[in-house]
Amino acid sequence: MTTTHAAPVIETRGLTRHFTAHRNTVEAVRDLDLEIGQGELVAFLGPNGAGKSTTLRMLTTLIPPTSGTARVAGHDVVTGQREVRRAIGFVGQGNGAGHVQHGRDELVSQGRAHGLSRTAARSRADELIEDLDLSAVADRKVSTLSGGQRRRLDIAMGLVHLPRVLFLDEPSTGLDPQNRANLQGLVERLHASTGSTIVLTTHYLEEADALAERVIVIDHGAVIADDTARSLKSALGDLLTIGLVDEVDAAVAAEHAARLPGAEVERIGATVTARVARGHELAPDLLVELNRRGMAPRSIEVARPTLDDVFLNLTGRSLREAHENADASSHTSKEEVAA
Amino acid sequence: MSTATLDRQATVAATPDSPVNGFLADTWNVMTRELKPVLREPVSVLFAMVQPLVFLGLFAPLLPETPDGSALQWFVPGIVAMTCLMGASFTGANLTNEMLTGSHERLLVSPLSRSSLLVGRALKEVVPMLMQTAIILLVVTPFSFDLHLGGVLLAVATLALFSVGVGALSFALALASKDNEWIFWTVQQTAIFPVLLLAGILLPLDGAPRWLAVASDLNPLTYVVEAVRALFSGTFPLDTVVAGFAGSAVVAVLGVAVGLRAMRNSS
Repeated sequence: MTTTHAAPVIETRGLTRHFTAHRNTVEAVRDLDLEIGQGELVAFLGPNGAGKSTTLRMLTTLIPPTSGTARVAGHDVVTGQREVRRAIGFVGQGNGAGHVQHGRDELVSQGRAHGLSRTAARSRADELIEDLDLSAVADRKVSTLSGGQRRRLDIAMGLVHLPRVLFLDEPSTGLDPQNRANLQGLVERLHASTGSTIVLTTHYLEEADALAERVIVIDHGAVIADDTARSLKSALGDLLTIGLVDEVDAAVAAEHAARLPGAEVERIGATVTARVARGHELAPDLLVELNRRGMAPRSIEVARPTLDDVFLNLTGRSLREAHENADASSHTSKEEVAA
Repeated sequence: MSTATLDRQATVAATPDSPVNGFLADTWNVMTRELKPVLREPVSVLFAMVQPLVFLGLFAPLLPETPDGSALQWFVPGIVAMTCLMGASFTGANLTNEMLTGSHERLLVSPLSRSSLLVGRALKEVVPMLMQTAIILLVVTPFSFDLHLGGVLLAVATLALFSVGVGALSFALALASKDNEWIFWTVQQTAIFPVLLLAGILLPLDGAPRWLAVASDLNPLTYVVEAVRALFSGTFPLDTVVAGFAGSAVVAVLGVAVGLRAMRNSS
């Protein structure tokens, strides 16, 4: 599902990357076919070790694919490395600005690297410092900045040349909730004002949900879902939980609930649960119907699905669980976990 | 955070069609970036000088006077060469830090060429090397050491080339020890003292057994130190000076070749 009108700005065909560690070959990314259009805001969501970062590292020319191809901004990531690097901005998991450097110097140097004249690089650095609220710290050693300030500086580094495509690898990892919210706001404003394509990886469901127009769920190196967060969730359906007076009422209520289109109903004691698409719209009618039959439900809860429910439904495990397993797993190569 | 325009186009001239920087512009960018922390905190160059200064203070007084001049006249060139070797071989640690914190990765994704990332860093080594040499000469000149400026300048040029080569090797080592920082320090510390001793920096190798003499002859630093000794004394024996320069050139070519290979494989 792409909203591409022109040629896609990111296009992969059979993109695959293996890592070999201790004679074990790990397929970090398997046969990935992706198309991302100009101006899309996309999140790669998946547990640690799922292959999100490896995909990003291939798209940003840091590592070559084992097989398959990828084109970014019209250039192949292997044969057109330099052109790709000129077109993209990259905010990695670490800090783009050197810790012994000053932020302003790093912005100017990055601008020069992208072919700006000295004067242009300086005034661009001034703009970014002002826009990202870094005026107070731009002339200090980067190592003395707070986590949130450093992250804003990293993003400024990625924006120096107004890239057509901006890649953000786990941008909010290690930030407190306040700074994470600030960062999300910043990414949204960026996207709205520049029209750049933005691709970010995250293992925070809330972040993918709040931020991205399109969520690509990745697990074990392959895409398992690719849609808007809203569609992914509404396809799964809401969870209705209805508490009744006794089991007799519950049995009747379960029968009614089962008539809702596509509902999966379960009854435990006096409680009925139903997973059903557009459940929040169907619930009032169901209550009216039960009332008409002389029943007075004691409670009702409508849980909108989360992306975690989506992940659970797709993989049989919750994202948090998968995340913990990936951390504990020794099968995943070191490079991949680090990546 | 300000909500000011993030989309200002005015000053941004870089588009995929704007001219590509050449190797020299990229190298200059990398070199000046590397130099900023050094020039901002010049005291940092003393770090690599601790050991050489200890040898100068505690070892030099034990040396007997030589028939053709003071012991310092013989010893100081070696100490200067030792400082070059120490300083340039430590420099990979800066890259290790940048690999850990993420800025090396950022540079790899930038349009800067791999060769400029290596050569710019290696060329920067010349500046701390000059500062360190100046400090040593300032310290020893009031004592029984004769300063011959012309010779010193030529010696410094030879040492600069040597530092660039050692610096490049140090970066290659840092890149190769990615994920295992201890490898860098183990190899650096293990390699440095044999190289120093075999070059006859602390003691002359005149009466050395055959195997030691052969090992010394294979060490490029031996020729560099001999040339620096001659030049610091104000003499210009052509064969010694050329051999010293050639020793530095061998290290520089080897270092840059190995360093480039490592930088191209870096991810």
